[in-house]
Amino acid sequence: MNVCVFFQNSAINNLCAAFFHKKAFFKAILQGFSISTLLFSEKVVPLPSVTRNVLSMTEEIKLLKGNEAIALAAIRYGADGYFGYPITPQSEIMETLMEEMPWTTTGMVVLQAESEVAAINMVYGGAACGKRVMTSSSSPGISLKQEGISFMAGGELPGLIVNVMRGGPGLGTIQPSQSDYFQTVKGGGHGDYKLITLAPASVQEMADHVVLAFDLSFKYRNPAMILTDGVIGQMMEKVILPPQRARRTDDEIRKECPWAALGKPANRPPNIHSSLELDSQRMEQNNLRFQAKYRQIEANETRGEEYRCEDAEYLIVAFGSAARISQKVVDMARAKGMKIGLFRPITLYPFPVRELYSYVGKIKKILCLELNAGQMIEDVKLAVECRIPTIHYGRLGGIIPTPQEVLDKVEKLQTEQQ
Amino acid sequence: MTTVTETTVYQKPRLMNDNPMHYCPGCSHGVVHKLLAEVIDEMGLAEKTIGIAPVGCAVFAYNYLDIDWIEAAHGRAPAVATAAKRLNPDKMVFTYQGDGDLAAIGTAETIHACNRGENIVIVFINNAIYGMTGGQMAPTTLLDMKTSTCPYGRNIALNGYPLKITELLAHLKGTCLVARETVHTAAAIKRSKKLLQRAFANAMAGKGTSIIEIVSTCASGWKMTPDEANQWMVANMLPFYPTGIIKDETTNS
Repeated sequence: MNVCVFFQNSAINNLCAAFFHKKAFFKAILQGFSISTLLFSEKVVPLPSVTRNVLSMTEEIKLLKGNEAIALAAIRYGADGYFGYPITPQSEIMETLMEEMPWTTTGMVVLQAESEVAAINMVYGGAACGKRVMTSSSSPGISLKQEGISFMAGGELPGLIVNVMRGGPGLGTIQPSQSDYFQTVKGGGHGDYKLITLAPASVQEMADHVVLAFDLSFKYRNPAMILTDGVIGQMMEKVILPPQRARRTDDEIRKECPWAALGKPANRPPNIHSSLELDSQRMEQNNLRFQAKYRQIEANETRGEEYRCEDAEYLIVAFGSAARISQKVVDMARAKGMKIGLFRPITLYPFPVRELYSYVGKIKKILCLELNAGQMIEDVKLAVECRIPTIHYGRLGGIIPTPQEVLDKVEKLQTEQQ
Repeated sequence: MTTVTETTVYQKPRLMNDNPMHYCPGCSHGVVHKLLAEVIDEMGLAEKTIGIAPVGCAVFAYNYLDIDWIEAAHGRAPAVATAAKRLNPDKMVFTYQGDGDLAAIGTAETIHACNRGENIVIVFINNAIYGMTGGQMAPTTLLDMKTSTCPYGRNIALNGYPLKITELLAHLKGTCLVARETVHTAAAIKRSKKLLQRAFANAMAGKGTSIIEIVSTCASGWKMTPDEANQWMVANMLPFYPTGIIKDETTNS
């Protein structure tokens, strides 16, 4: 919430773009702004998941930007490679990795590619070798990666793609947005495929989701995306990084991923990675296999979080940074006596359909808060089968709504007919 | 009775399987595939090699050589190879790309992989045409040469000039061996094989990127018999794309 205030404050809004660059950020701090003034000017009530994680572990607590947490968590996870191309507001991911030089410690490869297209195809190549590889970018760059993501899905290759969203369309703005929801969960690239999509709402979750995304992508042999935005990428919070794990040896990879292209020993047929199949009968079978896998993912992997929903008559549904704003709104509305809760989808694909449907008959109205023109609302309506009136509120082009303006919308839920 | 002793003087390379090839009669791909199968096996690299297949006629290269393969998106083979090699420095990684794949859609990936001096081999098949899609203009199509998308001949004003990408790559510090050959005669096939052997040795020794261009025929795309295609290649392609070693920084070091 603090960061939302930080973004909406016009006096320091101009600094915001500068803060997308880490050095400028620290320079600003040295010049007299303190992190606490900028980022902790309001009381922070972390989401239950954040509190739980922090309290249950005794490891060192670090103060990190979301982007830095991604980079450091990847090293801790034992990732084999990162391939990226600079774009605001996520460049700190590669900058942090280059500063850390993990190739001298864990042996992780870090490479600045010539383009987003090259970077995702490097991920494709590394994944085909059974390696844990990742890339990151922001909206315009993610558009360029769609070809490679489709090839990974078609080739059933695991890997992590991080999208720190900014406002579009086109070159758009460098300010945060959630307008790539459709692109991420409805396809993005060509063909009938699905992308496992996680939406962190805190810096802690940025780190945690690196682990979860890699695990899920290898479990299902499917690419996974962390879909976040400039708010979560740039804000600093307390975070506990995952424990350091060793990178797998080639022998371990050959055992865990017998499909890996690591050179063909005499005793097995060649491992060939291709999404091409000119025989339509076989191509249909491939597609049916993918679809069966997606149904399995939908059955097993939905994740969501409730906040003050016990006796709620009204519900906000929001993900990522919009959920952090909504949490504040819920507290403000509750203070005024309104029975309202927040449901936060953590997996955007698979979408928590069953969890949302369980509110049918209990909730009078849903407000879907998104930093876009209304994208996730379609999935919310489908989930509740339009049996709960659902309205959308969102700001566009990089504007972060204030808790107060969302509260106004929430209060109107009680009076206005839809 | 006299005893007849048989001496094998030629055999199919061990790494070439029995899958029927989809290539047209007279196509150069089969010969280059055979050379790669021989080189990989003779150098003891069969269990270490990862091939990166392109999009184009050689998209199915993975069907014919019994090694591990990764099929790249169109033009992206050098990027795929970059990661495969960097993540597996002890492996032998090569790309096999046509002119459209390498010199049009994949120009950026090609130039930057070479500029980084990735320890890979790029096998570049230049037949001046898009074979797989039915004979359209390639970046290497000669001036006045007719294709289905320049049916009146390649025209400078309309299509620009044929791209000598191999000479361009020779300028990059990251490349160590840059050469052009053909496979239309027995002597040329031997020279091509030697170049491939040296290129593979360079990659394993970490000397940088080697690019071996094979000026090839496309009898179907050129609408000629295989014999006419060879003659046309010698008369028209080789004057513009002369064979020989363009850059070699591996012998004196």
